[in-house]
Amino acid sequence: MLKSKRTEIAVALVLISPFLLIYGVLFIYPTVKMVQLSFTNAPLIGAGEWVGIKNFQRLSFDRLFISAIWNTVYFVVLSVIPSTLLGLVVALGVNRLKGWVQSFVLAAFFLPYILPVSVVFRVWSWMFDKDFGIAQNLIAPFNDGQHISIFRTVPLFMPAVAFVTIWWLLGFNVLLFIAGLRNISTEIYEAAALDGASRWTQFRRITWPLIWPVTVLVLTIQLILQLKIFDQVYLFANGGRADATMVVVQYIYKQAFQQSHGGLAAAASLVLFVVIAAFSILQFQLLRARGAT
Amino acid sequence: MSAPEMAAAHRNIRRLDRIGLALTLATVLGAILWAFPLYWAVVTTLKPEAEVVQAGVVLWPRHFTLDNYFHVLFDTKIGLWYINSLITSGAVTLIVVVMAAGAGYAISQLAFPGRQALWWMILASFMVPIQALIVNHFILMSQFHLINTLAGVVGPQLIAPVTVIIYKQFFDSVPKDFREAAVIDGANNFHLLFRIYLPMNWGVTTALGIITFIGAWNLFLWPFLAVTSQEEMNVSVGITQVFDAFGVKYARDLATAILAAMPVAIVYLIFQRRVTQAIMLSAGIKG
Repeated sequence: MLKSKRTEIAVALVLISPFLLIYGVLFIYPTVKMVQLSFTNAPLIGAGEWVGIKNFQRLSFDRLFISAIWNTVYFVVLSVIPSTLLGLVVALGVNRLKGWVQSFVLAAFFLPYILPVSVVFRVWSWMFDKDFGIAQNLIAPFNDGQHISIFRTVPLFMPAVAFVTIWWLLGFNVLLFIAGLRNISTEIYEAAALDGASRWTQFRRITWPLIWPVTVLVLTIQLILQLKIFDQVYLFANGGRADATMVVVQYIYKQAFQQSHGGLAAAASLVLFVVIAAFSILQFQLLRARGAT
Repeated sequence: MSAPEMAAAHRNIRRLDRIGLALTLATVLGAILWAFPLYWAVVTTLKPEAEVVQAGVVLWPRHFTLDNYFHVLFDTKIGLWYINSLITSGAVTLIVVVMAAGAGYAISQLAFPGRQALWWMILASFMVPIQALIVNHFILMSQFHLINTLAGVVGPQLIAPVTVIIYKQFFDSVPKDFREAAVIDGANNFHLLFRIYLPMNWGVTTALGIITFIGAWNLFLWPFLAVTSQEEMNVSVGITQVFDAFGVKYARDLATAILAAMPVAIVYLIFQRRVTQAIMLSAGIKG
């Protein structure tokens, strides 16, 4: 059956056509349309006129969009760096353990990661609840004994959402770091221990240099993920003054679905797309570099 | 080694052990703290509402009750949302796995024009954030009249280049001997795919299937945009959109959240190893 080249091509076509169809209709086509839409003044549903780069000019003067970019950057800084460092610390701790203790500890750190964001939202709304939240017992002493509505206090909003996000996603980082740590041969440590190297020296001279590539990988994965932040910020801000803590995807949502500015929303989407594409190329290069070694 | 040196070495080991014990305790304590919010949420759902709003930290219900769960199960739409979530997540998983296995096999094993271009296109698709496509996905789905339908929820979730890439990599590493032997026995490509390549990689299929299902069950943004009617909502969206008309009921609200989390938590606890394998594979680490 494999004799003729033509049957092989026919078989290949049958196997890839479902993928090609879905890919073309739901991925390539919307991407092209997004770029096209960003140069028009179309509403969400319906036709619009070509307006050139007017949407982009408008974005560059739109204080809400600029503040959305800064809020996103702020959130990225608050979440990505701490969650990467904490991930490494926890992985180092978990990696030392053995047997069922290790399984239990790993599961405790990892379980939040597989939960839906809406469950994470509900759990932490309850933890931080202004009237009955258990966390208020820890917060009140720092605020003259008064309870605080964390998610309605603008300066506290982003740090709190970043904190919840770290709690939610840390397990992923831990997992990647543990895989990296297991790749370091134990013989190196044994040799170092024989030479009388302290724990700290072993970490600084062996673990850190060897785990560095994983650290960079975790950083870029988290960076790309958190630039696209929407769910938590939207859920925790819902019912409050969302504009003050708005992030980029939330801005797209607001322009498209609440104000019906399809063209402007597409322009903001294109900006997000370009930024993410740049970081993705960086990540791909890093992965390739890792694969080569 | 002289006697004083021996003693010094001994002291060193004892000191190291004490540090080791402290590190172990710190890690276990950290794990308990990390799991506490989930424990606290579950315990709260097992208390009567009056006890939930009492002052003080009560780590175990004084009056144990399942009423909150009964209320949520029988007096809210959560059952319907569960079914919607099961249908959409199941459909996404099935379509993605079948489609990706076929495409992965073709790209890995067959020669056809445009193969290399297709491969680069799939790799390049990593660059496009799905969040940037929400506006056009919405427009497209409304042109198909699929807004507020389960099919509309499924659609944009079917873009899964990572799954194709992982299948391709695993099919690449199947030894060529198997293929040649089967071809001599008269096997065609469909036999090869379904009798050799897929069965040899069942582990990968299970891992990818589970992670796709969990991802679809947990997805928030697209189902939130695609559905506004309570009848078509998923669990993950429903529990954030519908509130009790008679004020906040903490225990009931949390019971809905715990029920929404239950399926993925159970799947994770049963298939821990597969879930972690799939996550590493998607991150580009072949584990």
